[in-house]
Amino acid sequence: MRRITVFSVVGLLVFPGILSAQTSTDVQKVLQRDFHARGQATMDRVVQDGVQRVCTESNDRPPAELAKQMEADQMKTIAFPQGSLIGDWKNGERIAQNGRGLQWTDKAGAGGGSCYNCHQLSPQESSHGTLGPSLLQFGAKRGNGPEMQRYVYGKIYNAKAYNLCSQMPRLGWSGTLTPEQIRDLVGLLLDPASPVNQ
Amino acid sequence: MKGFFTVVTILVSLPVAAQDAKKEILKYQQMIADGSPVELFELEGEALWKKAQGPHKVSLEKCDLGLGAGVLKGAYARLPRYFKDADRVMDLETRLLHCMTTLQGRSPEDATKRVFGNENQPSEMEYLSAYVAAQSRGMKLAAGTSHPKEKAAYELGKALFFHRTGGWDMSCASCHGEADKRIRMQDLPVLHKREFARPIMATWPAYRVSNSQFKTMQWRINDCYRQMRYPEPNFASDATIALTTFLTVTAAGEPYRGPGTKR
Repeated sequence: MRRITVFSVVGLLVFPGILSAQTSTDVQKVLQRDFHARGQATMDRVVQDGVQRVCTESNDRPPAELAKQMEADQMKTIAFPQGSLIGDWKNGERIAQNGRGLQWTDKAGAGGGSCYNCHQLSPQESSHGTLGPSLLQFGAKRGNGPEMQRYVYGKIYNAKAYNLCSQMPRLGWSGTLTPEQIRDLVGLLLDPASPVNQ
Repeated sequence: MKGFFTVVTILVSLPVAAQDAKKEILKYQQMIADGSPVELFELEGEALWKKAQGPHKVSLEKCDLGLGAGVLKGAYARLPRYFKDADRVMDLETRLLHCMTTLQGRSPEDATKRVFGNENQPSEMEYLSAYVAAQSRGMKLAAGTSHPKEKAAYELGKALFFHRTGGWDMSCASCHGEADKRIRMQDLPVLHKREFARPIMATWPAYRVSNSQFKTMQWRINDCYRQMRYPEPNFASDATIALTTFLTVTAAGEPYRGPGTKR
């Protein structure tokens, strides 16, 4: 997995009143001591990057200026494909249903998006989570022009570029989904023929 | 099992609203709690507790779970706690492991070769946990909070709970931090809050109907980290014990009523 080194000043920032007796550096050392690599889940995953560090230390409320700067850095990780970003919504629905990928029990390579774990999408699927907002009628409400396509693609690729401490995984950046899979998910959300927009 | 299929049928054949489906699941949970096979695990655990094993060819009957050698009544409700002989805070599974290696003389490799069972064969640890935990029924959860190492375990557990890392940037609080949220149809308890931690910690270890297996708290934490896209926590490591300490102290005062039966 790619790691972006974000300015070391982060470690020096003090967020009064929110740190428990253990700093995130202490906790990281504990994880490095008490966890082991298994399958594709390697130990580099417990080395916090700048986003994880700042969000942990600020209790997901980073100072606005810092957040803006770091979101801009995250934006640079997104490579937008040329042309229409609307892929095959039928394949997108399968990807949204698939909860595999990146776990030590999964085979390496692209998995699913785990979208239904947290979001409502197609109205036919009643077994959906609520950690994220409902995306029912997403494209019908917002249109599907180039800017909207770019936003949805980017948000799925790296949610932290839009909201630094979002709970949504960086699905493209982390290698969970391929650019082609993300295009199919954009189709699921924006294609007028997708059940999401019926 | 009939009830299970009824629920599944309802879930797949009708476009029922999520709320209705949840009501059906609740009804189903109440139904299965009556016919739960937890007791069978307790009985098997008792047999294992009394079985002579290891190079020393002795049973675990002299194992000190914190209230004295061989005292089982109420012992689970007082865990995790600091043990002077090991100079460590230990949860139930860690203490059982300690007794297997010290009393029975088994090697750590032997004692940990199969800590989590599967649908075909439960693990020794699972059977023993069922047996020991059952003997704290009705006793209030009171994990150790006075020894400096117990305090440190609580603080570490709390910090771990909110620490974001792993392949998906998650902390425990990513899923267990906000009220009235679910993953798919599964309600998510806000585990750093007392009112949510209490009923959860009072019912682990537990029998899980969805895969017909008896599961320990060590397994619960392991499987959360798997889904959080972390590497795997070492069994009985300080990190896992710290998390259980944090959760159990948060749930303090709740009468233990497990081993539970879960979806």
